[in-house]
Amino acid sequence: MNTTKPEAPMLETRDLSRAFGHGDHMVRAVDRVSFSMQTGEIVAVVGESGSGKSTLARLLLRLLDPTGGQILLHGQDVTTLHHRGELKTYWQKVQGAFQDSFAAFNQFYTVRRSLEKALNVLDVSLSKSDRTQRIETSLREVGLDPADILDKWPHQLSGGQLQRVMIARALVVGPELLIADEPTSMLDASLRVTVLNLLLDLRKSHNMSILFITHDLGQANYLSDRILVMYRGELVEQGPVEQVLADPQHEYTQRLLADVPRLRGKSGVPA
Amino acid sequence: MTAIPQEQTGGQMFMAGLKRTRNTMSLLNPRFMFGLVLLGFLLFFGIFGPFIFNKTDPMKFVGMLYDPPSATAWLGTDNFGRDVFTQLMFGIRTSLMIGIIAGTVATLIGVLIGTVAGYTGGMVEEVLMALTNIVITIPSIVILILLSIAFKTRSLLVMGIIIGVTTWPWTARAVRAQTSSLRTREHVDVARLSGTPTLGLIFWEIIPYMLSYIVMAFVLQLNSGILQEAALSMLGLGIDKGISLGIMLQWALLWESVRTGAWWAFIPPTLLLTLIAFSLLLLQSSIDEIFNPRLRRS
Repeated sequence: MNTTKPEAPMLETRDLSRAFGHGDHMVRAVDRVSFSMQTGEIVAVVGESGSGKSTLARLLLRLLDPTGGQILLHGQDVTTLHHRGELKTYWQKVQGAFQDSFAAFNQFYTVRRSLEKALNVLDVSLSKSDRTQRIETSLREVGLDPADILDKWPHQLSGGQLQRVMIARALVVGPELLIADEPTSMLDASLRVTVLNLLLDLRKSHNMSILFITHDLGQANYLSDRILVMYRGELVEQGPVEQVLADPQHEYTQRLLADVPRLRGKSGVPA
Repeated sequence: MTAIPQEQTGGQMFMAGLKRTRNTMSLLNPRFMFGLVLLGFLLFFGIFGPFIFNKTDPMKFVGMLYDPPSATAWLGTDNFGRDVFTQLMFGIRTSLMIGIIAGTVATLIGVLIGTVAGYTGGMVEEVLMALTNIVITIPSIVILILLSIAFKTRSLLVMGIIIGVTTWPWTARAVRAQTSSLRTREHVDVARLSGTPTLGLIFWEIIPYMLSYIVMAFVLQLNSGILQEAALSMLGLGIDKGISLGIMLQWALLWESVRTGAWWAFIPPTLLLTLIAFSLLLLQSSIDEIFNPRLRRS
């Protein structure tokens, strides 16, 4: 059976919500968000700080329980999974990469140990050589030399290297979907392109879907097929990149675009 | 997670602290050195003293009631005519042993309850913290007295454990607070994505990041354990075989050493207790200073 048939998208959310606090102090960080993604698709989620992008990422990674709605993977509801065993199966298919690569690694572990731990999510116990091989393949895929990097500690690596190790960490388990939460926001401009291109390569070679979370419309435009615009926890607009950027419907999207003069090629506004 | 530049993490501070200690801090921080030398001296006195001075039996009668200091009994004798100097050396051993057992027990319980409460949150946290607060509220000396009476034999180990199970709440509270803040770090999320079980997360992702903190908590617990032992012993609830600084004080009080002017019976043990506590607190506060840059004066 083809799992990518249109009626069962790879990932789908239905009215996904997460609120923090109670009563008057309740904050709806993610409010009735519904969207779907197909295999091999790159979808960008854009929005300002506090718009709920990162909460959405944590919900989709099942690091945080939703207060309402559903997440479906290949048509199967995964919001009901709670035990570690069930979630492990989910995490074999959905992995994440985070913004602050310095904070995302346990600084008491070498790169080798961090990556070996990532393999624990697999059900099968691999032989030592299988483990090493998987790890080395992933590292080469993200453009790093395993011999050079495996026995280093996180503080010995640069931000760009760490970010690539983090993507390699997700790759070792061969996920179908990578949720990348602002993976470039702490990198130099020159390194950003490297990471973005890496993500594009991964999609090409593994047919991997990527949910790319960013506040930068330029990066979203460069990378993604579709854009979701979030504002105060709500999904205010979604559609193909060209369409959303060329003809924004929601007032907030229009404002976002107005803040990026270069993108619209407005004459008279210096870039 | 949102874009908040992380503060220096506990682990980085720990590493940096170690590096500084190696380089200059230990030599430049006279407080640390003084505390270390003082504690080392007391330990040496307690462990090797009996062999060096060839005084290996604290219960041996060497004179009469409250003999003043002399060539045979350098610090006089106690109410049974036993050598005070010898008793001091063995007293230090007992006090430190009980302190170490109590400190270890208290730190283990405190860290376990604190991390589980802080990491799990919700009902588990409420219940564990309610328990902690109850134990804090009951004056620990009352529990100590009741527990001490309940045991038929009070060995070193039993005493240490009795003290340990009443002093853990402060550690538990402090550790819970640290854990609550550490569990939101990204590396914990990353480890969860690798399917790490909760206890694994606590042990590998949270505890290493507050190790310096736990070491300091242990030193404080060790200190309070020694003082608690002295307090219990003075009430006559100390270990039933052997001598401790507190037991020396108990006999000195019971046999009117203060009124009869036998200062050698009560001043030396008091002084040693003070010195032990002083050296441990010096160490604790200077370790704190090494790991917490905000306390450091340039």
